[in-house]
Amino acid sequence: MSKESPKLSYFLGKRLNKFFSGLASAYRFVLKFFREVWFPPYEFKEFIRQCYQIGYNSLPLISLTGFIVGIVFTNQSRPSLTEFGAASWLPALISIAVVRAMGPLVTALIAAGKVGSSIGAEIGSMKVTEQIDAMEVSATNPFKFLVVSRVLASTLMIPVLVMYTDFVALMGSFLSVNKNELVSLSTFFVQVFDALTFLDITASLLKSLVFGFTIGIVGCYKGYNSTKGTEGVGKAANAAVVMAMFLIFIEELLSLQITNYFRQM
Amino acid sequence: MQDKVVEINGLTKSFGELDVLMGVDLNLYNGENLAVLGKSGSGKSVLIKIMVGLLSQDEGSCKVLGEEVIDLPAKRLNALRLKIGFSFQASALYDSMTVKENLEFPLVRNVKGLGTAEKNRLVEEVLDGVGLLNTLNQMPSELSGGQRKRIGIARTLILKPKIMLYDEPTAGLDPITCVEINNLINQVNEEYHTSSIIITHDLTCAKSTGDRVAILLDGKFSAQGKFEEVFRLPDERIKSFYDYNFINT
Repeated sequence: MSKESPKLSYFLGKRLNKFFSGLASAYRFVLKFFREVWFPPYEFKEFIRQCYQIGYNSLPLISLTGFIVGIVFTNQSRPSLTEFGAASWLPALISIAVVRAMGPLVTALIAAGKVGSSIGAEIGSMKVTEQIDAMEVSATNPFKFLVVSRVLASTLMIPVLVMYTDFVALMGSFLSVNKNELVSLSTFFVQVFDALTFLDITASLLKSLVFGFTIGIVGCYKGYNSTKGTEGVGKAANAAVVMAMFLIFIEELLSLQITNYFRQM
Repeated sequence: MQDKVVEINGLTKSFGELDVLMGVDLNLYNGENLAVLGKSGSGKSVLIKIMVGLLSQDEGSCKVLGEEVIDLPAKRLNALRLKIGFSFQASALYDSMTVKENLEFPLVRNVKGLGTAEKNRLVEEVLDGVGLLNTLNQMPSELSGGQRKRIGIARTLILKPKIMLYDEPTAGLDPITCVEINNLINQVNEEYHTSSIIITHDLTCAKSTGDRVAILLDGKFSAQGKFEEVFRLPDERIKSFYDYNFINT
């Protein structure tokens, strides 16, 4: 015991030191983003390019996922509701589930995998091949060009993608409801919007903004701090996805608590 | 006595417990090409990264064009960087941009009020200067190693720098391409009237490009002077460096 204790405390101390220095470094990175975002030069062209990359290029994957989520969730919920004679509540149930939680969460998780890893790998490879240094020596602020543009694009595009996912998921759900319960499109959407409140939509969009910011900033941070050559780039991409997903779940939990607080007011 | 464009005195730099530079003194004079030789890991690249403010020294002074680099605020450091061209070891071309966009990148951000026609003319002029006008719309991934080096040099030349810093310009290239790059370095020096530091461990490159050579060994410059003078010195470490390059290979 006495022989092992110093080793254990050394190991724990080292881990804690690494954890807190990582936390401090991430904090400084986020702070730098908020310092840089307000002042010119503004990289509009790069921002638009990133919006296209993050938004438009994610559409096929998001469409498929959203559509399947809508159909599957409707079909899974139907037996329970039918048992209580409440199958007519399906559109309301689906709309609440999709708009409040599933749309933002599914979109954010898909984007964390697709966008987060791509940002992490791209910036990571630029770091290890000295492209970031090359920007710096040509008197360009690489943080502004690479980080600010990507984080802003991700923060803006994820809510847009969430709205799109909500719509596609509801259309998937409608197909199932229409086939089984013979409900028309207008009746379906009247029931969908009847079940939703202003708070549901606002909360969903606000948390999507936070998810988008998280995906962008985590991808950039991991890429910007990657080391050890190509191995480091792979690790950065992987860490960007894992960390973003982890944070998204925590943020989802927090947003639920905050929304419930306002709902009860 | 010529003007000094770079003046380094007592420069030290460590990474953790590893001492890389231990009191380096070096001058670069206006219009000269200085080849800095040294083994891998001897701190050659660290030295030129300190000159452009990518790294900062622990102690000592590094003045470039009369300005102490470490003391410069961001705005003045950027203004100084525009007068320095830095050619990276792996070229550091932006992968997601074409050759034309790579060359335009420093131009559009640092030269105000430049029209499209003037921008295109400058890009074509500098690209023609390195003999690669036909690669204008190609992606960096479509270029050979030698072409990438040339484009990397062209990208730095577009802002007409006063000082050129070459980090291992011939590393990883075949002997014929090495000769072409060496000629290009000399051509740049003549046409653009630059002063250059060429970081290399290739003695052929040092001999054909350097007006003067400086040998960095064990964290300090152990010899500086004309190529032939330096390699006549009775220092076994320098001799072994020469033997390894010209006899063992």
